[in-house]
Amino acid sequence: MCRLFAITSEQPLSPMVVLEALDVMREGHDCSGVGLFLRDLAGPFEDMKDAPILSGIFSDAGLKRLDAFMMDIGFMTKYKITIKVPKTPPAGVPKRDVYLIRAYEYPEEWEEFSQKELYDRLLSLRLKLRKMGEEKEDMIVFSFWPDVIMIKEIGDPTQVANYLQFDRQELHARVIMAQGRQNTNYAINLYACHPFFIQGFSTMTNGENTAFVPIKEYLTSRGFEGYTGYQSDSEVFTHILHFMMTNLGLGVEAYKHVITPLQDEDLQSHPDADLLRNLKRSCRPLIIDGPNCVIGCLPDHSLFMVQDRKKLRPGVVGGKPGMYAFSSEICGLDAAIPYRDKSKDFQPMHLDTAIVGPDRQEVRICSQINPLPPALSA
Amino acid sequence: MFSNKPVTPSTLSVKDLPWQILWNKDKCNLCGQCTAVCPVNAIELGVFRKKFIEPPVGLDINGTLACDYKLYYGIRQKTDPAYKCVGCAMCNMVCPNDAIIPCRSDEADKLRFHMDRGGQPRRRGGRRNVSDGILDRIKFIRISMLTDPALDAGRHEFELRTLLGRVLPPDKNLKFVQQQGWIPPVREIYPLIIGGMSFGALSPTMWEGLQLGVAYLNEELNLPVRISTGEGGCPQRLLRSRFLKYVILQIASGYFGWDEIIHAIPDMKEDPCAIEIKYGQGAKPGDGGLLMWYKVNKLIAAIRGVPTGVNLPSPPTHQTKYSIEESVAKMIQSMYMAWGFRVPVYPKISGTSTALAVLNNLTRNQYAAGLAIDGEDGGTGAAYNVSMNHMGHPIASNIRDCYLNLVKVGMQNEIPLFAGGGVGKTGNLTANAAALIMLGASGVQVGKYIMQAAAGCLGSESDRCNICNIGLCPKGITSQDARLYRRLDAENVAQRVVDLFLSFDTELKKIVAPLGRSTSLPIGMADALGINDRNAAERLRINYVV
Ligand code: SF4
Ligand code: SF4
Repeated sequence: MCRLFAITSEQPLSPMVVLEALDVMREGHDCSGVGLFLRDLAGPFEDMKDAPILSGIFSDAGLKRLDAFMMDIGFMTKYKITIKVPKTPPAGVPKRDVYLIRAYEYPEEWEEFSQKELYDRLLSLRLKLRKMGEEKEDMIVFSFWPDVIMIKEIGDPTQVANYLQFDRQELHARVIMAQGRQNTNYAINLYACHPFFIQGFSTMTNGENTAFVPIKEYLTSRGFEGYTGYQSDSEVFTHILHFMMTNLGLGVEAYKHVITPLQDEDLQSHPDADLLRNLKRSCRPLIIDGPNCVIGCLPDHSLFMVQDRKKLRPGVVGGKPGMYAFSSEICGLDAAIPYRDKSKDFQPMHLDTAIVGPDRQEVRICSQINPLPPALSA
Repeated sequence: MFSNKPVTPSTLSVKDLPWQILWNKDKCNLCGQCTAVCPVNAIELGVFRKKFIEPPVGLDINGTLACDYKLYYGIRQKTDPAYKCVGCAMCNMVCPNDAIIPCRSDEADKLRFHMDRGGQPRRRGGRRNVSDGILDRIKFIRISMLTDPALDAGRHEFELRTLLGRVLPPDKNLKFVQQQGWIPPVREIYPLIIGGMSFGALSPTMWEGLQLGVAYLNEELNLPVRISTGEGGCPQRLLRSRFLKYVILQIASGYFGWDEIIHAIPDMKEDPCAIEIKYGQGAKPGDGGLLMWYKVNKLIAAIRGVPTGVNLPSPPTHQTKYSIEESVAKMIQSMYMAWGFRVPVYPKISGTSTALAVLNNLTRNQYAAGLAIDGEDGGTGAAYNVSMNHMGHPIASNIRDCYLNLVKVGMQNEIPLFAGGGVGKTGNLTANAAALIMLGASGVQVGKYIMQAAAGCLGSESDRCNICNIGLCPKGITSQDARLYRRLDAENVAQRVVDLFLSFDTELKKIVAPLGRSTSLPIGMADALGINDRNAAERLRINYVV
C-alpha cells in the first residue's frame, strides 16, 4: 500500500523533511515513484502569491510548444525555477528534458475576471495543456495554480529527491504533502500518481476504492470539465471534495458524510438527521468502498485526514503548535517531528475527521456523530 | 379407437401429446387418487380387455387352443386436446406406490397444432417457454485480491438497501432542505421486491402467506422487503392496517379495486410504500391484464368492484387519457395528490426498444419516482401463448441502455430503475439480481421465483403445468376454489418467503464481499461483470472474458 505524509508548519520546511519521513516508512511502499505537493510557498514565490505556477515535465519540443501557446494567450513568465539535473538519472528514473516550475503573469484582460471565472479558466488551461501533451507525448502538467507546486516522478523517492535537488531553498514551503508509491500498474502513468489536484484542492489516498467506476461515472456526468482523468481510482477523492465544497457549499466536516455516510441507526439519532439523510441519498453515487485513508489540503491551507471503517491501520496525526504532520505510520511522524507530546498523537477512527487549520495551533477532531457546524446545518 | 374408424384432423395419439403418462400396472393399487387429483382430468379409470392364449400341456393335434379374455382396470390417458395432460405430476405426487408419472415426449408434440379449437388461440399462465438467458452467463470477475482485501461476507456489516423515489440532485436537495421546499418522498427498501401478482390471480392463502412473510421480514428481521399488489386492488383489512406501508399498490388500465382503495384513504393508518402505475407487463407486452371468469368469485368480485363470474380483461392502455405523455404525467400527478405528495409514484412498463423514450419523458417529469421494466421473461397468470413466447424485450440490455442513458444525462441517482422478468428463472436468483444491479438496476422485482420457492409452483419453461389461468392450480397458488387453495397453508408460505429472503441476503453478501463492496449497493458497477461472448460484452459494455 502507498505511504502518505503531509506536514504543515509556520516555518517553511524543505521537502526533504517529508522525503525522510517517507524513507523511514519504506517497508510499506516499493519505491516505484514519488509525488510532491507544495503550498504556502516560501523562497522566491513568497512575494507572488497570486501568480499561477505551472508545474510539469516537458520535452524540449514540448517546452517550445508551451511557450508559443502561453505567449499566444498573453501569459508572461514571471519567475522560473530551473532544475539542472545530472546527465544520467538514477536507475529507474526516466531521462527527461525539463522539470518545469514557472510562475506566470496573467494576461491583462484576465485581471477583470471574477475569482470563479479566473479559477475556471486556469483549470481549462491546465486541461488543454494536458491534452496537447497527451497528443504528442511531450508535456505532462500537474498543476497550474497560484502558490502551488507539484512534482511527480517515477523511481525511488529518495533518489529522485536528490536527483531533482528537493532541498533547494526555492522549494521550501509551509504545507507539504507527499506520497511514496506502491505500484499496482505495470506501466506507471504519472497522471496516476498522488497527490491529485483540482482548483486548490488536493488529496492523496492509500488503499483501493472498489466503488470507483460508478463514482467516476457520476463525477464525469456533472457537466464540469475538471472531472476527468481518473487514471487512478483515488483521483475521485479529490474531485468529490471539490464537488462537495464548491458545488454544494459544504465544509470539510461534511466530507465523511458524503464518502462514508452514517449507517441508519446512527443517522436516526443525529441532530442533523434530516440534512444528513438527504445528503446520503442525493450523494449516494459518491459513497466510496475502501479501505481508504485520505489526506487532503484545502484552499485555505488546512490539512485533514479521514478514513473509512474498513481501514484497519489508520493513519496518525501529531505535532506541536506551529507544526503538525499527518502520516500513514507513526514512524514517519517520529522522523519528522521527534520532539512532540506523543500522548497527544491521534489516530482518527472511522467516524473522525482530523483537521489542522491554517493557524497550525491544534488538531481539531470532528466526529460524524457530532452536530455539523452551524453554517452547514442552518 | 378402432382402426377402421375415421380420423379427424385433430385426432391425436398419446404419442402426439407433450406429456405421456407412464403407468405401472404392477405397482398400481387402483386407489384412484391420481384421477381424483388431476387438475385437467387428463386421466381416467380404464377398463382393459386382454386376450390370454393357454395351449394345453401335451400334444393334442385334434384339440383346440385354449383362449380366454380377461379384464383388468387401470389408468387411461385422454387424447382429446381439451383434456391434455399438462405434466404437473400431481398424480405422481399423490400415488402411494409411485405407479404413475408423466414423461416428456421425446419429440416436439403435435398437440400444438390443435390448440385453437373454435378459432381461439391458446391461452395459458406461466412464462416464455425458453429456458436459457443471458443473465446466467454473466460472471462476477473483479475479485478483490492483493491490492484490496476481500471482505468477510459472514462478519462484515453491509448496507444493501436501495432507494425507491425521485432523488433530487445534491445541490437542489440541500437547498430544499434549507428552504423547506418539497422533497419528493424516497423509500429505503430491500433491493429484492416481490413483483405485482394480484389478489385474484393468486389465491387468498397465497396472498396472505406472502403478506405474512413480508410483515415478518420487516418487523422481526429488519429487512425492508416490499411487495406489489398487482392489478386487483387490495383487501380492505390490509388497506386499513399498519402493514400497508410494506405494500406497493399497483394501478393498471382496468383500475380494478381502485374505487375501494380511494375510499379507504381516509382510514389508512399508514401510507403505502409506493404506487406503481402499470403500463405494461413483460409476459404479454401491449396486452392488458386478464383474470378469467373461472377465478372471479364473490370475494374477488367484491375487492375489484365487479360482478362475479365474468372475464376481467384490462385494456391494453390507460383509456382515460389522450396521449401517452399526458397520461403518464397526469396519472403520476393525480396519484401523488391522492396521498398528499407523501408517496412515490412510478410507472412499470414492459421491456421494449422504446424504453429510452419513456425514460426520457420521465427525466423531465419531476414527480416520476422511478421506472420498473419487466423483460420478456416475465410471468403471468393468463396470456396468449403467442404474447408470452414471442413478444417483448430482454431485460439485460434494456436496463443497461436505460442506465447508461441516465449516466449520460447525469441522472443515474435521480430515477431508480427496477428490473424484472426472468430473474432467477433457472434458480440463480441472487446471481441474476446482482448482475442486473451491476448493470444499473436499483433493485429487482421477482414473481415466478417467489411462487416456485415459496409455494411450490410447478410451472416451467418446458411448458409444465402453466394452467394458472383457469383456476385449477393443483398447488392452490392461483386458484379461487377453496378445495384447491386449502392445499396451501398461508403460514407455510410465509415461512418459505422468509427463508428465501434470508438465503438471498446471504448470497448477495457472498457476491458483493469478494468484490470489496459493502458500504452501498453496487449499482452500475459494471467493471465487476464479465461474459464469454464478445458481442454480448460489447452490447452490455462489460468485460469480455474467456
Ligand atoms: S401429470 Fe398432472 S395433468 Fe398429467 S395426468 Fe398427472 S395429474 Fe393429470
Ligand atoms: S402450479 Fe399453479 S401457479 Fe404454478 S404453473 Fe401450475 S397452475 Fe400455475
